[in-house]
Amino acid sequence: MGNENQPRTTLADLKEVGSRGCILDVNGDDAVAIRLMEMGLTEDEEIEVIGFAPLGDPIEYSIRGYRISLRSTEAARVSIRSI
Amino acid sequence: MSDLVSSPTQSASLTVALIGNPNTGKSTLFNALSGGQARVGNFPGVTVEKKVGAYQFENREITLVDLPGTYSLSPRSADEMVSVDVLLGRQPGAPAPDAVVCIVDSSNLERNLYLFSQLRDLNLPTVLVLNMWDTTTSRGVTIDVEKLQERLGVKVVTTSAHRKSGIEAVSHAVLQALEETVQPSPRLFPAEFYDEVEKLSKWLEDRGEEQVHFFLLERMLLDVRGASEDAAGNAIAPELKEYLDEARLRLTAAGCRIPAVETKLRYNWIRERLDGVLVRSQEDSKLSSSDRIDKFLTHRFWGILVFTLVMFLIFQAIYTWSGPFMEMVEGLQGGVSDFVQGLMPPGMFRSLVIDGIIAGVGSVIVFLPQIIMLFAFIAIMEDCGYMARAAFLMDKLMTRIGLSGKSFLPLMSSFACAIPGVMATRVIENRRDRMITMLIAPLMSCSARLPVYVLMIYAFIPATMLLGWVNLQGIVLFAMYSLGALVAIPIAWILRKTFFKGETPPFVMELPPYKWPSPGIVFNRVYDRSKAFVVRAGSLIFSVTVVVWALGYFPGDHARQESLSVEINSIDAEVEENSEKLAALTSEYNQVSAVLIQESYLGRMGKAIEPVVKPLGWDWRIGIGAIASFPAREVIIATLGTIFSLGSELEDGDPGLSNALMKATWPDGSPLITVPVALSIMVFFALCAQCGATLMVIRRETNSWRWPIFTFTYMTLLAYVASFLTYQIGTAIGI
Repeated sequence: MGNENQPRTTLADLKEVGSRGCILDVNGDDAVAIRLMEMGLTEDEEIEVIGFAPLGDPIEYSIRGYRISLRSTEAARVSIRSI
Repeated sequence: MSDLVSSPTQSASLTVALIGNPNTGKSTLFNALSGGQARVGNFPGVTVEKKVGAYQFENREITLVDLPGTYSLSPRSADEMVSVDVLLGRQPGAPAPDAVVCIVDSSNLERNLYLFSQLRDLNLPTVLVLNMWDTTTSRGVTIDVEKLQERLGVKVVTTSAHRKSGIEAVSHAVLQALEETVQPSPRLFPAEFYDEVEKLSKWLEDRGEEQVHFFLLERMLLDVRGASEDAAGNAIAPELKEYLDEARLRLTAAGCRIPAVETKLRYNWIRERLDGVLVRSQEDSKLSSSDRIDKFLTHRFWGILVFTLVMFLIFQAIYTWSGPFMEMVEGLQGGVSDFVQGLMPPGMFRSLVIDGIIAGVGSVIVFLPQIIMLFAFIAIMEDCGYMARAAFLMDKLMTRIGLSGKSFLPLMSSFACAIPGVMATRVIENRRDRMITMLIAPLMSCSARLPVYVLMIYAFIPATMLLGWVNLQGIVLFAMYSLGALVAIPIAWILRKTFFKGETPPFVMELPPYKWPSPGIVFNRVYDRSKAFVVRAGSLIFSVTVVVWALGYFPGDHARQESLSVEINSIDAEVEENSEKLAALTSEYNQVSAVLIQESYLGRMGKAIEPVVKPLGWDWRIGIGAIASFPAREVIIATLGTIFSLGSELEDGDPGLSNALMKATWPDGSPLITVPVALSIMVFFALCAQCGATLMVIRRETNSWRWPIFTFTYMTLLAYVASFLTYQIGTAIGI
């Protein structure tokens, strides 16, 4: 994905409620990656931060018209372009 | 098939599989279709529940097979493979389905259709059920059903299963779908992919695997390290893996990046199908009001406060509110026992009926109040959407012990009783997390341990005030309650490193919009769970009780005990002059009973294990108590009562038993129970698996004897070592 030297922006970098990103890629082909893709986190989809759990993790997102919660380790698997 | 269609009046049996995402109202639809009648069991060798219902529709006998809720048909484990095998008619013990009903949440159509899109590749007659139609339309979402039906090429029906609306249309659509020819599944992938499917089919054919279903070939190529790879014969398994790796490389080179290509193409297809079919009103008001509720309920202060209150309420309900109901069950059991006692002459048969059968049934029923209360709360929380938030709030905390937020409620409930706690692990979909939670749940200090703690603490721990205001007795009680939970942390860690190795399971969880819970759904869930407990675990719990009764009854000669019993009953206790005689007879009766239990198989076992329990500071009498309390911990009170000639009908906290224990001595006259011995007994009961009912529920939930045996073994060893250390160290430092 793009320039190797440039640090990748991931979903976990969205730290504000209401901030949005456009998904570029889900990293890997393991169970976590596949589950994320199956839940609709696919290329070109928009995703928005709805809220954080009291200890900052997990995080609630909005995608494809529904709400999903991910841990920050899982969110870090999703490369995004912030919008 | 054509025979069936040509003679529609003739009753012919049909098999219909029901599948859908979690939280789509699948069980509600299942109950509504089948009229609530279902046979529940397990598929052989896996933890997947098999639920089959039968009903009549338009002279047709329909067998409905419920499949576990799932987001996709890409099996990654043997458990997940079951659904695929059932659908393909490859699963032993399940007939091949003639049709599939795919239920979706119509308010979340896009995500839900992913499973449907995979399902279409099976080329089975399919009906798509858009459930929760009432909430969807009230949310201002409009779906053009006619157009959708046309575009998807299958029958589409709308239902509100919790209101039983649209149910007949489902069965009707199934029959219609069977009469029509199945439209071929859409070819979503590029030609290169289908070429690879062809090649794989030939490759397998050359190796003797003929007629492998198109769907399986597709899954083999798409699922990296998936369970479908194992579907071919073992002989070619390693070769197949190698072949698939190469095939996937070829596909990637051709622009089909596996696994991303599948989700990408399917979701594109779904969006095209829904374009112009699904229209959301400008603002989805329900969703945004749900977000506002969420802001409050997941708030770092208010959210935690509400959560704590809810958990307190649940705990209070299963710990305290269930008390009167449990007493009612016990009272009823006593009443029935007295009634039978009046009807039958004393003897082995009466003892079997009263102490074996009635006590056995009672020991099953007595757990129902707690199970009903916990599952009522769980059903309400699940149905209104709070359950997912509870897991969301607790997740960070639970990851510290390597579990997920979903383990919190089952573990917390186990502080009241491990039986509903173990049953509640069903809310955890991940097998690894579920197993670990289930295996550590019995370590939580349940209410059945309390009588043991109370007996020992009030008899042997001085009520010294520490720092002027903390009672030592209270500290010991608190320590006993914390012990199991603290020990559970390293146990969970060890289990994760040994039996349940592997990567941390994903915590990708849907957060459904909040809604009012439906009483019908709550009632059905509670009813299903309670029935499952009574029918499936009940018989095992009952058997354990009867076996332990037999061990305690045989081989002694009960003639004297029986004649004393007759004599005691014949004396009119109301008459003042008789009281002395009655006391003498009762005392003799209790002594005879004490001798009988000592000479029973149980007593012999207790005596035989004295060398084993001596390092714990116990004598054979405590040993018998420990063995006899295998069905349930609190039984130790009654057993010790019998052994110390006090009779078995002691109330909790009866001073008689405390006094007897305080006076009890070793043969050399030294006191039997000192402070280290009392602590050692408590530690043992805190950590041991002396609860047959819990073990039988674990057996039922895991569908294997391996895990209850494992639980019993590890907990008994743990309890033994801990109480050995307690006694030895306690004695050495002279407390």
